[in-house]
Amino acid sequence: MSSGTYAPKPGAAPVGRMIAAQTALETRMLLRNGEQLLLTVIIPSLLLVLFSTVDIIDTGAERAVDFLAPGVLALAVMSTAFTGQAIATGFERRYGVLKRLGASPLPRWALMTAKTLSVLVTEVLQIALLTAIALGLGWSPQGGAASVALLLVLGTAAFSGLGLLMAGTLRAEATLAAANLVFLLLLVGGGVIVPLEKFPAAARSVLELLPISALSDGLRDVLQGGAPMPWGQALVLAVWAVLGLGAAARFFRWE
Amino acid sequence: MRYESVDTAVRVRGLVKRYGSKTAVDGLDLDVRTGTVTAVLGPNGAGKTTTIETCEGYRKADAGTVRVLGLDPVSDAAALRPRVGVMLQSGGVYSGARADEMLRHMAKLHAHPLDVDALSERLGLGSCGRTAYRRLSGGQQQRLALAMAVVGRPELVFLDEPTAGLDPQARHATWDLVRELRADGVTIVLTTHLMNEAEELADDVAIVDAGRVVAQGSPEQLCRGGAENTLRFTGRPGLDLGSLLKALPDGTAAAEMTPGAYRISGEVGPQLLATVASWCAQHGVMPDGITVERHTLEDVFLELTGKELRA
Repeated sequence: MSSGTYAPKPGAAPVGRMIAAQTALETRMLLRNGEQLLLTVIIPSLLLVLFSTVDIIDTGAERAVDFLAPGVLALAVMSTAFTGQAIATGFERRYGVLKRLGASPLPRWALMTAKTLSVLVTEVLQIALLTAIALGLGWSPQGGAASVALLLVLGTAAFSGLGLLMAGTLRAEATLAAANLVFLLLLVGGGVIVPLEKFPAAARSVLELLPISALSDGLRDVLQGGAPMPWGQALVLAVWAVLGLGAAARFFRWE
Repeated sequence: MRYESVDTAVRVRGLVKRYGSKTAVDGLDLDVRTGTVTAVLGPNGAGKTTTIETCEGYRKADAGTVRVLGLDPVSDAAALRPRVGVMLQSGGVYSGARADEMLRHMAKLHAHPLDVDALSERLGLGSCGRTAYRRLSGGQQQRLALAMAVVGRPELVFLDEPTAGLDPQARHATWDLVRELRADGVTIVLTTHLMNEAEELADDVAIVDAGRVVAQGSPEQLCRGGAENTLRFTGRPGLDLGSLLKALPDGTAAAEMTPGAYRISGEVGPQLLATVASWCAQHGVMPDGITVERHTLEDVFLELTGKELRA
C-alpha cells in the first residue's frame, strides 16, 4: 500500500473522545445561535427581573422572587431541553446533519448522549445565571439540593423526549412554529409566572398534569416551601419522560 | 465478518429498491475494483443516488445483495463507518458551524485523520475557514463536503455528484484530489452526469439508466464498443478501394458514399490515418477535407440512454 498523504489509515476515535467532541460542538452551536439564546437566557432572565420587581401578578408569596425563581428555573429547563433541542434537531435533520453523522464513526447512541450532555451543560449555565439574578433580587431558597437536582433531571428527560419526538417527526418549519407556540402556552398555563390557583378548578386539575407545571410546582414546593421530595410531581415527570422518550425512539426519522 | 474478495471493494448483485410504486433501482449489478475510480454515470433519476446510498447503509435493499469491503452495509454498519468516506449530494453540516470547525470535528471522530489545515489549503478552503456554512458559496460547500469525506483516511469513498455546481477551477481541484487519492490507494466511487468527468477520472464507468447498468467498462472500451469511429475524406471519384482495404487492418470498412466522398470506419488511430495518407500519395490523390470522427463517451451515453431529456 502506498505511503502517500492520503494512504488509507481508517479508524474510529475512542468513543469517549467522540462524545466529548460532539458535546462541545453541539453546545457551541446552541450558544452561538441568537434565537436560541433569546429563548434560553434572555426571556427567563427578563421574566424573572420584571415580575420580581414590578407588581404585575399577585403571586401570593411574601416576596415575588421566591415564587418566581423556581418557575423560571423550570422554564429554563423547558427552553433548552424542549424548545431549543426540538428546533436545533429539526433543522439538523432537515439539513442532513443527522444523516451525515450517521455515516461517521459516531454511533447513534453516542450522538444522543452528546445531545443530552450538551443540554445539561447549557442548563448548568442557565441555572447559575438565573440563580445569581434571583439571589440579587433577594431570593432565599429553601429545601434540599438533591430533591432539586432530581426534579431537574426528570424534567430534562421529559422535555427532551417531547422535543426529540417533535423534531424527528415534523418538518423543520413546523417544529419551529410548534415548539415556540408550546413554549408560550406552557409559559402562561404551566405555573411558571401565573400561579395555577388563578385558574378554575377544572382547568387546574388538567394543567397540573403538564410537565412544566409538575416541574415548576415541584421546584416551588422544595425551594419556596422547604418540602421534602415532592413524589407526586416527580411521578408526573417520570411518566412524561417514559412516554416521550419511548415515542421518540419509536417514531424518530433520521432523514 | 467475512471478506469475499479483497480485489472487489463493492459488489452489488440484482439490487432492487422501490419507493412506493416507483422502482428506483431495478436489478442493478455493479463491481468496483479495489484501488480504482469507478464512475456511475447516468441521467437524473436513473437510480445513481439510491444505489450509492444503499452501499452507504442508508437504505435497505428490497432485493439483491450489496457487499462493501466484503461486509453488509446495514448489519455491519458499525465496522464499515470508520473505513468508508461519504460525500452526500448536499447538506450534512450545521448551518451555524464554521467550515474549519466542522472539518476539525469530523477529524476528531477518527483515529488517524489527515492534517486539517493542509487538506483545507489543498481544496482552497483556507480563506473561508471562519465563515459559517450557510454563508459559504455552493462550490465551497461542495469542497467542504469532499474534505469531510476524506479527512478520516478511508479505504473507500463514495462521492455523490462531487463537482455539481462547481466552476472549472474548483472542478479541476476536485479532479486532482480524486487522482491523488487513487494514487495513494483509496478506492473511489463517484456519481456524475458529466461525461467528461467520467472520461477524465474513471478507470471504470458504469452507465446507469432506469435503475439498471446498461454498460460497464473502461471509457476506452465503452467508446470502442457501441458505434465505431469514422474517417472521411474527399478525392477523385471512383478510386479503387480494394487496394486500400488490403493495407488496412481486418474489420475496417471503406466505401464511396457519394462520388468522391469516401468513408472508412473501424478502429481509427494514428496508424490507420498514416496508412490512408500514404495510400493516397501512391495513387496521386490529394485527400481533401479529411476528418476523423471519434466517438466520445457522450455519444455512447446518449445512444444507450436515449436523447430525450428527463425530469
